[in-house]
Amino acid sequence: MTVVHDNLEKTEAKMRAEAVSVFYGDKKAIDEVSIDIPTEYVTAFIGPSGCGKSTFLRTLNRMNDTIPTARVEGSIQLDGEDIYASGMDVVQLRARVGMVFQKPNPFPKSIYDNIAYGPKIHGLAEGKDELDAIVEKSLRRAGLWEEVKERLQDSGTALSGGQQQRLCIARAIAVDPEVILMDEPCSALDPIATAKIEELIAELNGRYAIVIVTHSMQQAARVSQRTAFFHLGKMVEYGRTSDIFTNPHEQRTQDYITGRYG
Amino acid sequence: MSERIAPTRTPEFEARLKKRYASERRFRALGLGAIVFSVAVLVFLLGTMTFNGIGGFQRVEMEVPIDFTEAGIAADPAAMEQPGALASLEAQGLRDVVQYFAEEELGEAAAEELGAQAWRDVATAIIADPAVLQRSESFWLPASANLASGYEGEGSPEMQALAAGLYEEGRLAKNFDPGFLGRSDATNPQQVGIWGALKGSLLTMVVTLLLAFPIGVLAALYLEEYAPKNRWTDLIELSINNLAAVPSIIFGLLGLAVFLTLFPNLRSAPLIGGMTLALMTMPVIVIAGRNAIKAVPPSIRDGALAIGASPVQVVFHHVLPLALPGILTGTIIGMARALGETAPLLMIGMRAFVATPPDGFTSPATVLPMQIFLWSDEIDRGFVERTSAAIIVLLLFLLVMNGLAIYLRNKFEKTW
Repeated sequence: MTVVHDNLEKTEAKMRAEAVSVFYGDKKAIDEVSIDIPTEYVTAFIGPSGCGKSTFLRTLNRMNDTIPTARVEGSIQLDGEDIYASGMDVVQLRARVGMVFQKPNPFPKSIYDNIAYGPKIHGLAEGKDELDAIVEKSLRRAGLWEEVKERLQDSGTALSGGQQQRLCIARAIAVDPEVILMDEPCSALDPIATAKIEELIAELNGRYAIVIVTHSMQQAARVSQRTAFFHLGKMVEYGRTSDIFTNPHEQRTQDYITGRYG
Repeated sequence: MSERIAPTRTPEFEARLKKRYASERRFRALGLGAIVFSVAVLVFLLGTMTFNGIGGFQRVEMEVPIDFTEAGIAADPAAMEQPGALASLEAQGLRDVVQYFAEEELGEAAAEELGAQAWRDVATAIIADPAVLQRSESFWLPASANLASGYEGEGSPEMQALAAGLYEEGRLAKNFDPGFLGRSDATNPQQVGIWGALKGSLLTMVVTLLLAFPIGVLAALYLEEYAPKNRWTDLIELSINNLAAVPSIIFGLLGLAVFLTLFPNLRSAPLIGGMTLALMTMPVIVIAGRNAIKAVPPSIRDGALAIGASPVQVVFHHVLPLALPGILTGTIIGMARALGETAPLLMIGMRAFVATPPDGFTSPATVLPMQIFLWSDEIDRGFVERTSAAIIVLLLFLLVMNGLAIYLRNKFEKTW
């Protein structure tokens, strides 16, 4: 099969995957996926359930390492550096490639401590003032500052679902990553909270390379400029979001976006 | 079109519905009954214990007025602060002085029945306030065990008569005995105290906690967070579960065979007792700890890993604090069991008669349940009440220990 990189203009790839395969034990979950992820755009991964898009996302910051049976082949580069090379430090990699999960998972600590945790363990702030500044900046970028500035010491788990997810995004931003991976960040949220997260993604676009896995094709169409369609562990098509949705090259893409299966 | 009958509107359905409600009512009544029964048993237990035990905190004492101006005992206040003060008073014949005044005031028969160690109470009073030597002072001093049984209406008729006579004069009474909490074991029930056993229990529990808690928690963390899941870890899990179910006396044999062979000089020491009980407590903490660690949502681990926390940071910043309430619950259960344990301690010699409170972790000691066991075995009637009093002290100790653990647990409890 051919992966169509449809007349994309040349961009510098922040992350580059080459012939990446992922195995869970003997089962091949991802089959030779190659893709370039640019900083300038939001990249969306779409596809039916179980197609491997989340698995592939988790290989990008080596979160698959926590699954004992998972094995990755091929190469994934961040700024030209192989992240699966033996010299690569996972802790540093994850500080550079942040992640937001499907279900909001704030730590059962105060809002302040949720944001401050990353900078603290990486030693990014010297003194309380600097830490306060990072917390405020991160919360402002995540569009949460106005809602929580009066109650930074309240528990992060006491916030509403949408606020919790923005708190998680703020937590990821706080360590100043280069890439943010989002694994279906809105699937547990109501439409209003979803709209806020989508607005936020649009605002963060350009500052960070953003990759978002989503089940909702409308969401992919709204927030992304690049879309990759996955099916049965393979990447079927990758191109401009507008092209994928209006003029896909592959029949399977066409079938999926028109609701033939999914 | 045929008429459709809703399946939930039939008489059969209504009959079934009634049955369902009836079974719910039955279940509730049974549950309530179970709770009422356990509360009643508890109240009965505590009630009889308190009722019997109150007497254990009292002792039969007789009033002996002593005129120190006549006695000719000298005590310089500075010397009274020295450690040798008691010996100095003994050398000056304080014992005979007390005996003399008892004979003078109460008669020869009564003086015979003054407790052998009664003069020590007087000496303690003098050491506390040497000024009493300048005046005449009245003391309530412990009677002998025989006179005490006479007071209770038991023992020989002569003793009963003597006790009745002294009681009439107001010279014999059963008074509250604060010294019970300060003294140690003795052969005379009038002279015994619980402090030695209490301190022994305290020291033993400290050793148990310091060994079992960190080892148990670290073992649980390693097994849950780091160890690969394979045949070996399954085997270890099985062994730990079996260890938790091993009868406690076996642990005593182990302590005897291993610890006392390694440290033969530490027989009866709280250190060895604590080590033996720690072996018994550790598996309970490991099992509770593993369950508590398993219950920490994986999403918290993912969240921490994803911002670049190292595995150790994930464990100590997130998993352990969230699992701590559950671990503490397991620790409460394990420690409460260890506190009430006698069998393993029998084996390592903690059933010795220890008349002085232990100085430290290596001096001979006994523990509260062992003291209760020893006293319950005594023939003298006075020990019955003392045994009940010791049980009350043990229960209060348990209550304080558990209260502390529950306080800590609630403090660390968080929601997510």
